[in-house]
Amino acid sequence: MTGDMPLIAFEHVEKSFDGGGDGRSVRAVNDVSFAVAKGELLVIVGGSGSGKTTLLRLANRLITADRGVIRIEGEDISGSDPVALRRRIGTVFQSGALFPHLSVAGNIGITPKLLGWSKAAVAARVDELLALVQLDAAQYRDRFPHELSGGQRQRVGVARALAAKPAIVLMDEPFGALDPLTRDALGAQFRALHDRLGLTTMMITHDITEALLLADRIAVMREGRILAQGTPADLAGSDDGYVNDMLQTPRRQAARLQALLPRGAA
Amino acid sequence: MSVLQDPRWAEALAHLPDYLGSHVRVSLAALALGLLVSLPLAIVSRRRPLLRTTLLGFASVVQTVPGLALLALFYPLLLALAALSLSWFGTGFSAFGFLPAVLALALYSMLPVLRNTITGLDGIDPVLIEAAQGVGMTPRQSLLMVELPLALPVMMAGIRTAAVWVIGTATLSTPIGQTSLGNYIFAGLQTQNWVLVLFGCAAAAVLALAVDQLLALIERGLTQRSRLRIAAGSLGLVALLAATLAPSLAQPGTRYVVGAKTFTEQYVLSALIAQRLRDAGLSVTSREGLGSSVIYDALAAGDIDVYVDYSGTLWANQFHHKEIKPRAELLAELTAELARSNVTLLGELGFANAYALVMPRARAEALGIHSIADLAQHASTLSIAGDYEFFSRPEWAGLRAAYGLAFRSQRTLQPDFMYAAVASGEVDVIAGYTSDGLIAKYDLVVLDDPKQAIPPYDAVVLIAPRRADDAALRAALTPLLGRIDIAAMREANLRAAGGDGATTPDAVARWLWQRIAPR
Repeated sequence: MTGDMPLIAFEHVEKSFDGGGDGRSVRAVNDVSFAVAKGELLVIVGGSGSGKTTLLRLANRLITADRGVIRIEGEDISGSDPVALRRRIGTVFQSGALFPHLSVAGNIGITPKLLGWSKAAVAARVDELLALVQLDAAQYRDRFPHELSGGQRQRVGVARALAAKPAIVLMDEPFGALDPLTRDALGAQFRALHDRLGLTTMMITHDITEALLLADRIAVMREGRILAQGTPADLAGSDDGYVNDMLQTPRRQAARLQALLPRGAA
Repeated sequence: MSVLQDPRWAEALAHLPDYLGSHVRVSLAALALGLLVSLPLAIVSRRRPLLRTTLLGFASVVQTVPGLALLALFYPLLLALAALSLSWFGTGFSAFGFLPAVLALALYSMLPVLRNTITGLDGIDPVLIEAAQGVGMTPRQSLLMVELPLALPVMMAGIRTAAVWVIGTATLSTPIGQTSLGNYIFAGLQTQNWVLVLFGCAAAAVLALAVDQLLALIERGLTQRSRLRIAAGSLGLVALLAATLAPSLAQPGTRYVVGAKTFTEQYVLSALIAQRLRDAGLSVTSREGLGSSVIYDALAAGDIDVYVDYSGTLWANQFHHKEIKPRAELLAELTAELARSNVTLLGELGFANAYALVMPRARAEALGIHSIADLAQHASTLSIAGDYEFFSRPEWAGLRAAYGLAFRSQRTLQPDFMYAAVASGEVDVIAGYTSDGLIAKYDLVVLDDPKQAIPPYDAVVLIAPRRADDAALRAALTPLLGRIDIAAMREANLRAAGGDGATTPDAVARWLWQRIAPR
């Protein structure tokens, strides 16, 4: 095995759904190829209906591709057991998707429990993860999701994804439903965790600012295709109009904000 | 004060451990069976729209069948199955009482459980099901660890509804031989003992309410994730079950079961037989309110040990004879025929309770009617009422054929209301019973049957095959044979239908024994 083998690789992947009701199928993912190297954080940016969530669901085989090959840690996943695959990939869902009938500890410990860890090992891991996502274990361990704030819920969501020590993390708009302050803080904290634990992360978002701030590399998606991918600097030189437009947005917003907010007050 | 001192309360209370225990036992078994069937069906059908529609449709149709009819349907069904099982495997089972009641009630409990389980599972946020897959659950783990726990509060609401329905409907299992709180209601209705009816209704309602509230406590505990509530509700349920089931479980196993049909005279006679057996030191229980055909089959199968039937009824209904023979000849043939089924005809009690056409004396005289032959000429302008079985019995067909009877209208009435109905002119003629005390009370007249179209109906004591050689039973009952004449029985029936405080079937049976006992 070579050291630079990508941990996630999509090769000419296609996926269509029945749609519209007129019998035609909608091509949600169209000839998509990309790779995420070990330790890299790739953010896929796109509007709604661009097919970005489909990519994520393909990666842990919640759905299967019509064409093309998806490799996780070098292995074609079409031949692997989807349940075992999902247990070694951490997934963070939109707005947490915590199980409401399980406590914080029950939610975080679920994958280790499914993998047959001992009770003591699960409990120790839960406390370790709560510390990692900066929640006081004694205070939060036995709470239920409805007793937590949105930010706390998503911290627990991240902890649940990391519980079984996965090398790969998939994140579906993880911070989308949070208020701007919490969102900013949580994004930065996750980026730090990603680096500290040496994770390989594929994150979905519709927010180009978030993508620019967190990503090593960005892939821009539209109508099922990847229009461009690369580092923020690479993308800045793209000749695609949509990509350019998208990259200009944060700068334009920053300039307008600059004008609106007097310098000393902000 | 005087209401509380009414001796009927004491009698009702004395039966409570037996009736309540049996009621709880049959309800619990039915609910458990209903859940055992409905829950897997609901889970299996949740992603199969066709199966789900079929199941819910079937359960809804079952719900529209009246409870009494559903219970009644299971009896002949099981009777046929038992006969098949006997011929194929050499072992039969009892089609009487517990089994048909449990099956019918279980069927009745299915709709709310099915509907709520499906609704509960459908109502789960699809994001959570995807999350369950995402963290690495198999479909089975997702069902057990996520979907069912989340659907549980809605499912519990369905189980609650089912429990209340089953407890209420179980009161209707009395006529197919399952003792329940319905015994109070049916016995009270037959003997116009409204205290008993009220007691039975109240007891069933209190039981249903208690179970409903305890299940509601568990349901709230599940919704609010409060272990305390769940534990308190469960403990309460267990305590309730233990308290109601313990007395009936503690009763001795070898007991004589006395049967009774659905009218006053039968309640009095079964009370009399039970008293005689108790005086002889035997342990006795009663199965009352059984239908005419159910009761004979129950005796033949050994589910009851002894009851009083009428020669003409057995002759026509049980052995399907069309011709009518003189009294002594019919009895002799009947005894021989019963013996072939190993049923013992111990002897006659001394009176006959025949069907008879009855009308107010004044009306009969005004129309110049003395016999059924006279009646036939006026029948087209008159209405007739009979009990639940009369118009489907062969005697009715025989009567109509013999006299060419064609009434303007016919209707079915509860036996004890018939006499009042004919006395008040609401109907013109009734098919009454010759031993009924109300005939004298309302000044009614029994019309002659010159063509002898109605067979003789001597009251006879029948004993089950398994008790055929039971000397203690025979010795206890022999003093009754030939001692109850028609006058004594009429007065006993009149007293039992009187409706005042001293007239429970037990009290009347004691009075009757005082009157006929050998001195």
